[in-house]
This record gives sequence, C-alpha cells and structure tokens, in this order.
Amino acid sequence: MTALLEVQDLRVAYGKIEAVKGISFSVEAGQVVTLIGTNGAGKTTTLRTLSGLLKPTSGTITFDGKPLTGTPAHKIVALGLAHSPEGRHIFPRLSIAENLQLGAFLRKDKDGIEKDIQRAYDLFPILGERRKQAAGTLSGGEQQMLAMGRALMSQPKLLMLDEPSMGLSPIMMQKIMSTIAELKAQGTTILLVEQNAQAALSLADQGHVMEVGSIVLSGTGQDLLHDESVRKAYLGED
Amino acid sequence: MTHTTTNIATETQRGPVPLPAPAARALVSLGATGTIASAFLSWTYSSNFPGDLTIYGYPAGLQILAIVAGALTLLYSLTLWNVRGLHRLNPAGATSPVLMTALSAFTVCWFAAIAIAVDLGGLVNLAPGAYVAVAASALPVIGALALPHPAPGTGLRGYLTKPDQPRPGPLPALAERAVITLGTAVALIVFTYGIGINDDESETFIGYLLAIVFATWALVHAGLLDRYAGISARHKGFSATLAFVAVAVFPFTQDNDHNANLGVSILVFATVALGLNIVVGLTGLLDLGYVAFLGVGAYAAALVSGSEFSRFSGVQFPFWAAALTGMAASLVFGVLIGAPTLRLRGDYLAIVTLGFGEIFRIAVNNLDGVSGPNLTNGPNGISRIPDLEIFGFNLGDAHDVGSFTLGRFANYLFLMLFFTAIVVLVFTRAADSRIGRSWIAIREDETAATAMGINGFRVKLIAFALGAALAGLAGTVMAHVNYSVNPQPYQFAGAAPPNSAFLLAAVVLGGMGTVSGPLLGASLLYLIPEKLQFLKNYELFAFGIALVLLMRFRPEGIIANRRRQLEFHDSNTPDTPAQPDEPAVTKAGA
Repeated sequence: MTALLEVQDLRVAYGKIEAVKGISFSVEAGQVVTLIGTNGAGKTTTLRTLSGLLKPTSGTITFDGKPLTGTPAHKIVALGLAHSPEGRHIFPRLSIAENLQLGAFLRKDKDGIEKDIQRAYDLFPILGERRKQAAGTLSGGEQQMLAMGRALMSQPKLLMLDEPSMGLSPIMMQKIMSTIAELKAQGTTILLVEQNAQAALSLADQGHVMEVGSIVLSGTGQDLLHDESVRKAYLGED
Repeated sequence: MTHTTTNIATETQRGPVPLPAPAARALVSLGATGTIASAFLSWTYSSNFPGDLTIYGYPAGLQILAIVAGALTLLYSLTLWNVRGLHRLNPAGATSPVLMTALSAFTVCWFAAIAIAVDLGGLVNLAPGAYVAVAASALPVIGALALPHPAPGTGLRGYLTKPDQPRPGPLPALAERAVITLGTAVALIVFTYGIGINDDESETFIGYLLAIVFATWALVHAGLLDRYAGISARHKGFSATLAFVAVAVFPFTQDNDHNANLGVSILVFATVALGLNIVVGLTGLLDLGYVAFLGVGAYAAALVSGSEFSRFSGVQFPFWAAALTGMAASLVFGVLIGAPTLRLRGDYLAIVTLGFGEIFRIAVNNLDGVSGPNLTNGPNGISRIPDLEIFGFNLGDAHDVGSFTLGRFANYLFLMLFFTAIVVLVFTRAADSRIGRSWIAIREDETAATAMGINGFRVKLIAFALGAALAGLAGTVMAHVNYSVNPQPYQFAGAAPPNSAFLLAAVVLGGMGTVSGPLLGASLLYLIPEKLQFLKNYELFAFGIALVLLMRFRPEGIIANRRRQLEFHDSNTPDTPAQPDEPAVTKAGA
C-alpha cells in the first residue's frame, strides 16, 4: 500500500537562503508522524510548503496518489489536507461557532457540519460553553483548541498541526497533547510539528529529527525517545 | 456597608456646584421653561439675521430649536421628579442625560446670541428676549452640575462616560412596532427640518447640528438608543420597510423641488457608499479610487442616452438597458483593475486604486478628439442628457398626486429609492451568504482564510466587481438627474461630494460593515457642506478635523458593527444591545 503523503527530496528556499534542503519522508494513513527539531530547522517551512502557502524549488509531494506541487493552497484543503498554522491564526472577532463554520467552508452537508461542530464541542467542552463568544477573548490554549477544532471541520484525510503547544502553560499543553492522542485513537492521520520532543515522540508512530533543513535521524517514536543523541540534544539530558 | 461610608458616598457624589438636590432639580425645570418662553420673545431688532427672530410670539429659526431643546431638557428634568411614566426615558435616573439636554439648549441659545452679536456687529443688536434666553438656558446647566455626580472622583470626565442603564426586556410586539414607527417619524421630521433650512442660513444649521449632537448624546446616555437598536433589530424587516416609506414620504413634505434634488443626490451618494462598504467594510480592501466606478456608470449611461453631445448621439437605449450598460461597464472596469491589483495586499492596493481613480478622471478629460480619440467630449462633458421615460411616464415632467405636485427631482428620487432598495438587498443578502462569510474571513486573516479553503483572490475580485457594479448602477441614475456628466467631480478629494475621500469617510464615519451606517454617514457628509456654505474655503480643513476627532472618540463609527467594537474597545460587551441569542457575550461582560 502506498503512503497517504509522500515527500521526495523537497527543497524550499526564501530568496537565496535554502530553508529545507532535500528532505524525504512519508505518512501512512492512520499514523501520527512527528517532525522535531530546534528553531530554524525548517519544520514550519515544510508544513507551509505542504499546504501550498510556499512553493518548493524542487522535489515532489504526492498526497493521496496525486501530485501537489503547484496546486494553490485553497485547492489543497479541498483534497483533504488541513493545516492548523503556527500561531493559531483564529479569526479573533468572529465567534467560536463562526470560526468552526468557516473551517467547514468547502463542505455543503449542513447536517454533517452541525454534527462535526457538536463533535468539536465534545472534544473541547470549553468551546461549547463559549460558542457565542468572540474567539479573540479566549486564552492561548483555548485558541489552540479552536484552531485544531476548526482544522478538523474540513474532515481532513491528514491533519497538520504546527507547534500546537507553543506558548502554553504545562497543564494546557498536557491537555492539547492528550487531545492529539484521542484523535489518534479515533484513527485521524496527523503530521505533528513540535519543539516539545518528549511529548511529540511519545505519541508518534514515526519521528524525524530535523536540523538546519535536513532530516538527520528517523525512526519510530519509541526508538527516537530512547536514542542517545536525541536524548542529549532535545530532551535536555546530559 | 456601614452607615458612615454611605454618608461619605453621598457627600462625594455631589456635583461641582454646591446646591441641595431639590433646588438643583427645580433650577433645571425652571431654566428649561424659561428657555422655551424666551423663544416667543424677540431676540434681535433687525430682520437681517437669518430666520427673522424679531417678532414677538412667532418663534423662527434658532428659536424653534431653542424650544425643542428646552422641551427636551424639561422632559428630562421631570424624570428626576418621579413623574409617572417618565422613568422610561431615563431608567436609572442618571444625571448625564439631563446635563446633555441642558447643554443642547444652552449651546443653541448662546450660539444664537453670539452669532447675532457677531453678524450684526455688537451686543446692541441683542433684544431683551435674547438676554432672557441666554440667562434661562444657563440655569439648567448649573442645576445639572449640582445633581449627583455620575462617577465621583473623575471630575468633568465622569459626565462623558456612559452611565449603566438597566436593560428592560422586550415589549409586546405591537408596542415595539409602534416605537419603531414613532422613531422613524421623528427621524423624518428631524431630517426634513434640517434639509429645509435655507442654504444661506448657516447659523440656523449650526444651531440644528448643536442641538442634534447633544440631544443624541443625551439619548445614548439614557440608554434609549441602545434600546431602540435592540427593538429594531428584533423587527428588521418592519423597520427597513418603514425607513423606505419615510424616504418615499419625504417629497410630499416639500413644496419646492430644490430639496428633492438634494434628496436624490444624497440617495445616490449613500447608495455608492453602501457599495463601497462591500469592498472596505466587509472585505477589508482599502479602495481610494472608488468614485471612478460611479463615473464609469454615469459616462456609460450618458453615451447611450441619445444626448446630441454623446459620441453615439443616435443611440438611445431604454433606461433598463442603459442601467445594465452602466453596471456592466463598471463591472468590466472593476475586474480589469482588480485582476492585477488584488494580488497585492494592504497599502499597495490603496496606492494602485488611488492611481486608477486619477487615471480615470484625466483620461476622460483628454478623450476629446484633440489630445486623444473623441469619446467623452473632454472637459465639457456630455450635456443635455434627455430625461428618462419609464412606461411612458416622463420623469422630467411634474406630476400631480392628489393635491401634491411632484416635480422632476421627486420623480428621480422615487427611481433612485428603488435602486437603493436593490443595493440594500444585494448588500444584506451577500453579507449573510457563504461569499459574505468568506469576505469577512479574508478581512480578519487572509492566511487563515486560505487555510480554510477560501480562494482569496477570487473572493476579493467578486467583492471588487460587485462594489463597482453597484456604483455604476447609481451612476446611471446620476447622469440623468444632473442632465450632464463631466470629469470634474470624479476626483480623489474635493470640497464637495462625491469624491473618493468623502465616500470612504461616509463609510468609516457611519460604521463599516453595517447597512445603516454608510447611509447615515453619506447623508451627513452631503448635507453639512451643502448647508454650511461659508466653510467653502475651509471645508477640507473642517472635514479633516472632524475625522481626527471621530477617530479619537468613536473609531468604530456612529453605528457600530458588533465585531468592529470588539476590536476598538477592550471591553467584552459592545454597546449595541446583546441579542437574545447571545447569552455568552452578556455573561462575560457582567
């Protein structure tokens, strides 16, 4: 069986500076795959390229059997690749319910949308309690929940989460991570970009370590979690 | 709370003027009565002052305004006397509405006295009546300042903050409709009075503006405007219909066609502002050359009107075809301008649209057969555009309806009202639709909107083209109303509307993203320069100052969009009333 997402020798540059220097990886349906690495490793650039916000200089991206290179961002969403961007990017002045409805912008099935909004409220009860409140008034963690819930509204085949734990309190971070575990248990395919390597790797089926634009180490989440060099570099152990 | 603290609280709640509360209340009521009475006296000896204020027993001009402001003050002072039924006007018994109404009477009378002295040269021109008005109108202000201070410890600023007013529940549906009818009627009377002030009576118009500003302020502080907004939000269709009925009634209240001419120009201007609101208010694209689309529509209609000065003088389309031609031409220009520029964001788009607006005017100026091909007849424009004939009904002729004679401009007013209704309908339907939601998403965060699968470029182009087409539609009517088209009005900024800066100001002043906001903003921006002719050389200066003040004190515009207000004020509760289906918003703010 071929993978849901296949990235081959992807290169992305900002002007003359190459941020991603030929990486290859794949995501199988039902898996959670994580990209970890420090700031500037090229993780976010990779996700932005996959979702069509940036154009690659070379390499191929195949999603669900179709090549993605050159497809505009809004069409990539229609193919089933949802991106919950770094920094959350919720619509601050729209209500939570309106944010979720916009997540389902491309869908036409009213009943299904209602059901999925209810599902998002079940997943994140706080969103249900405040559904009429402007999204900008939520706390950072709640906004992250909204961004995830909104990305799920397009019924994606693959959900890309960019640093969902960024800037959150430890308690809120745990909540987000346990939600990701819950989504995994429900069978959602997830590509997770994280700086919090410990949390990401313990969830992931597959992990890739990125350093200055290249993948330097790959393996199962558990393997990487126990790898000597990863522990030293990313998990803060001597 | 102990007994002593209560005492201290009452002590500090006293206003800056040391008077016992009953005396203060009496002073307000007495002064208000005196103000009303003074209006029946003569204020000056010479009939040279606008409105002729010389006659005993026949109030005119500024004196009528003094009566209205005095009556409002009296009414609000009575709310403090526990008069049955009046508590509805000031549910919390707050001081600031009383002060505001007192100020409206005070400013009108004092302005009148100063204007008489300045215009006619000296205080000798003031008749005893004017002294009575000046003295009587000051009493309520003094009295109001002796009433309990609304926010102790904040000085005079405390009077400017809106007091908390209880929010009563809905009335029975029939009563609410009666309230809307009454409100619309009052609005019509106020507007009709304002438009009826002669153009050379700027003094009266300034008094009118002063009275309105303070009276509106008082109504806001009394919570009545919030209440009214809530009521009309519950009966949207009814209040919209009534508003259109009110405009349709307007020509019947006028005995000369000049004011109907003003009315139709305001309608055109307001309709174009509403079209711009799609682009600026809903989609968040700053368009500084929007008036060009009005020009495209007007020129297109003029070219196919059968005018002898038109390049195609033999061609005379029926009006429906001319209107469609104007719309289509504007639409095409909208797409032509939009397609390359809408890939730009923010300031770049503003610069390009500013350029396009100027290019249109200059090109039209030069397409005269000398500097370029002959299409528009250059600076002379296309004149002698024939009047429209719709179903054999010539809009140029006066028609009798019952005992009323409706002149040419009244006919065009009805035609334009029909188009305004169409534009309002298009705006509201579009704003509530899928495309409307995508416009708002683009305005809020373009990256996130793209991540939702919204094709940003296409959606923005639709907004741009739709806005252009609506302006073009208004332009077709304008060409016929004005008999002629010429390049001069289609500039970026000028002393008189329409121009792009005024259109944008109408949208921002009225309230971006709302329907009634731009309509109100456009009416004000059209009427004020028209009535204050003496400003002529300083008009743009005054306009600039007004914009700065507005941005400082009410950045969301006169009529606030719920979402805008969230952006501009920290508070979680917008001052438009919470809809019954928005419990979360009220809860969070409580």
